[in-house]
Amino acid sequence: MNLLDIFKRRSSAPVARERLQVLLAYERRNRSQPDLVSILREEIMAVIAKHVQIDQDYLQVSMDRGETMSTLEIDIQIPNKSAVPLAMAG
Amino acid sequence: MGKVVVVTSGKGGVGKTTSTAALGAAVAKTGKKVALVDFDVGLRNLDLIMGAERRVVFDLVNVIQGSAKLSQALIRDKRVETLFLLPASQTRDKDALTEDGVGEVIDKLRSVFDYVFCDSPAGIERGAQLAMRFADEAVIVTNPEVSSVRDSDRIIGLLDARTLRAEQGEQIAKHVLVTRYDAARASRGEMLSIDDVLEILSTPLLGIIPESQDVLRASNLGSPVTLSEPLNAAAKAYIDAARRLEGENLPVVVPFERKGFLDRLLGRRAA
Repeated sequence: MNLLDIFKRRSSAPVARERLQVLLAYERRNRSQPDLVSILREEIMAVIAKHVQIDQDYLQVSMDRGETMSTLEIDIQIPNKSAVPLAMAG
Repeated sequence: MGKVVVVTSGKGGVGKTTSTAALGAAVAKTGKKVALVDFDVGLRNLDLIMGAERRVVFDLVNVIQGSAKLSQALIRDKRVETLFLLPASQTRDKDALTEDGVGEVIDKLRSVFDYVFCDSPAGIERGAQLAMRFADEAVIVTNPEVSSVRDSDRIIGLLDARTLRAEQGEQIAKHVLVTRYDAARASRGEMLSIDDVLEILSTPLLGIIPESQDVLRASNLGSPVTLSEPLNAAAKAYIDAARRLEGENLPVVVPFERKGFLDRLLGRRAA
């Protein structure tokens, strides 16, 4: 152990603080989020399923909470071949 | 109407039960009527810390289920006349607590006592949520250490979402109580400082309890440290915290470790 290690060791508390700040900022953002996103996901899926058959994986719902504005991103992929309109199929 | 204070933390082993006993005893010593309620059903320990383990006949679950009266289950402290303990059940499972039942017991206690301290079990599950459900104020016990601070943050989120007060759009007063604080280690930058903890949790500070052998000794003897050794540093810190809880405007002094020769040599800064 050289002298540099002694100096390095004392810096563990600032590292702890920084890691916590980053982690908690993320956790706080997500805390209120999962419920709303999963509800939206389910309902959107139900609406789409009325008309087009798609796999659950083709629907991506995510929410980004910002200071002044939040955005809701919905990405629905409808595959050309496998997606047969229910009205035609039935 | 008395005040209901939940002592909680998320993480286990940070000093919830010890702090409940020490704070409750300190408040009771000023003449206030105080009830300590152990919510840790299945793993009760407040009775042991209070030195009342051999006097437990009925418990919180008995009262909720109607097999005992509240007055039968409350154990009066032998040292302080105005201090009472409502123990948790040791044998039953934690589902024995119902929200309505807990609410009724808390209401009754609130009408008789000046302060009701609810000692929460660890975790964020049902037991912990019931302990905080009817609280007016919360003491969040935190060690200056990453996992404890993270769990405290979770608990603060729950306090703001799941308590009756929060649901009714009212504020629940939250205070952070830092326990097991080692001034020497903090000054060497080996432990999160008080400023770090407060900045991260952005919650006001109730007090700083220094790491102390006396706290362990008090537990061994079955006496809250504020009663057995009221003059030592940890006990004084608890007594001050209790005064702040009662609304007194008492500045918090961060325990300070004088710089040693080596610290000066290495240019280490005190927190």
